[in-house]
Amino acid sequence: MSIKIEHLNYVYSEGTAFERHALRDVNLELPDGQFIGVIGHTGSGKSTLIQHLNGLLRGTSGAVYYNGRNIYEEGYPMRELRSKVGLVFQYPEHQLFEVDVFTDVCFGPKNLGLSPEEVERRAYEALRQVGLKEKHYKKSPFELSGGQKRRVAIAGILAMEPEVLVLDEPTAGLDPRGRDDILDQVAKLHAERHITVILVSHSMEDIARYVERIIVMNKGEVRYDGAPREVFQHYQELEQIGLAAPQVTYLMHDLAGQGWPVDTDATTVEEAADSIYAALAKKC
Amino acid sequence: MIRDITLGQFYPADSVIHKLDPRVKLAGTMVFIVSLFAFRAPEAYVVATLALAAVIRLSKVPLKFMLKGLKSILMILMITVVFNLFLIPGTPVLRIWKLTITQEGIETAVFMAIRLVYLIVGSSVMTLTTTPNSLTDGLEKALRPLKKIHVPVHEISMIMSIALRFIPILLEETDKIMKAQMARGADFDSGNIIQKAKNMVPLLVPLFISAFRRANDLAMAMEARGYHGGEGRTKMKPLIYAKRDKLAYLSMLCYLVVMFLASRSGLVERLLGL
Repeated sequence: MSIKIEHLNYVYSEGTAFERHALRDVNLELPDGQFIGVIGHTGSGKSTLIQHLNGLLRGTSGAVYYNGRNIYEEGYPMRELRSKVGLVFQYPEHQLFEVDVFTDVCFGPKNLGLSPEEVERRAYEALRQVGLKEKHYKKSPFELSGGQKRRVAIAGILAMEPEVLVLDEPTAGLDPRGRDDILDQVAKLHAERHITVILVSHSMEDIARYVERIIVMNKGEVRYDGAPREVFQHYQELEQIGLAAPQVTYLMHDLAGQGWPVDTDATTVEEAADSIYAALAKKC
Repeated sequence: MIRDITLGQFYPADSVIHKLDPRVKLAGTMVFIVSLFAFRAPEAYVVATLALAAVIRLSKVPLKFMLKGLKSILMILMITVVFNLFLIPGTPVLRIWKLTITQEGIETAVFMAIRLVYLIVGSSVMTLTTTPNSLTDGLEKALRPLKKIHVPVHEISMIMSIALRFIPILLEETDKIMKAQMARGADFDSGNIIQKAKNMVPLLVPLFISAFRRANDLAMAMEARGYHGGEGRTKMKPLIYAKRDKLAYLSMLCYLVVMFLASRSGLVERLLGL
């Protein structure tokens, strides 16, 4: 069970003065259970790419396979696909509409045609997993804070129990604490449910700590694809396309440049600290 | 998708027509339309065709975009032609069952069709080469004399430009919310009318909320920058006639004179007479 993308191209407003090539010959394989980060500058095509994963956008050419079956096939069950590949949009709190939080989360599973009991069970489970307190369940979604609204919106997708969870900039507009909370929650979900998680972001710092694989997009093309430490080795090229490696990468390269025997591949603060301790121990 | 709808249908290009003052383009369109209906002689249509072709050529907008506007009036065009064709009395030319086509009928139908087509293409030249905002700017300035009789010209044009600015934003927002709800299994296509209306709730509620939020933000931003209505407000790009604008007015005048002379000349008749 996996997603496979072959030679995918997407052109916005084809044939008009506003034509724009948003994706160019994208080839990817997204196996089950991976925690993947998609990163790119604004307008690099990352949001366009993920909308192809559940068939909201249809590629101008190329193919997307879900569990080996081409989703552009005649009569492919699109709604089922959308429940399997859960997509949380940017600023998902803007999609809330029901009278209270709980009913809103029920919207997704209800659309799947489940029994009322099952719908409620899933809604509870999803709200619990995003860490929203029970006293908020019967409140209007518009009474909540920004971070809480976002959790509700994410729960709305989780309640459909997707096999693949795609989050487009889930931390945009949140304060540092809200950002860490959401990302920790997502990491926990990945560990608990063993689902594939695709995290879209333009901040390396966010992504480096959590994901096991990074896909770097630039101008509609996949530029790099690999484990964080492989990708960050190209930190100079990353800068040219408007991205930056995590700060520790720069620190480690600077230290190495000054003759310290540190591991320049460290991607998190913890790894970097360990490596610096080790280097210090060697020198003294 | 919704994104494909281009509103205000402005076509960006670097041309003389694009650079003209919006007031000139408004006046020009007006002159052109009036001239179409004021002169009936075939020579006048030759002149109008040449003038229109010249302006289109100058505007650097592909003809395909000019003709796009015709699609919407195709039905009206057909009805006009058919009615004129069959219902105008005169010398019969052709008889099909109980319907008679007269020579006068054919003439009127052809003229009406040409007029309608030119009307649409003529105004398309204006909308394709002028951004909606500069168009409302032009309108505001052109209608300024009405302020004397207490017409809130500035406010009206401000409302118009804000409305125009919001249309693409709200369209994009609609597209986004629609997709977000579709990702949650919403279905906007199937079911009967009542079902469909019900299905719109997840789209309309967030859309209204976002529209109010945006309106609120905009009002706040305008006040923060000291906006207080039209009194004493200056413009960043005031509309001032340049040399080319004066030349454009002059060519409009020439156009009218040539049109007048041509329709009096009887040239076509003489040519056909030979």
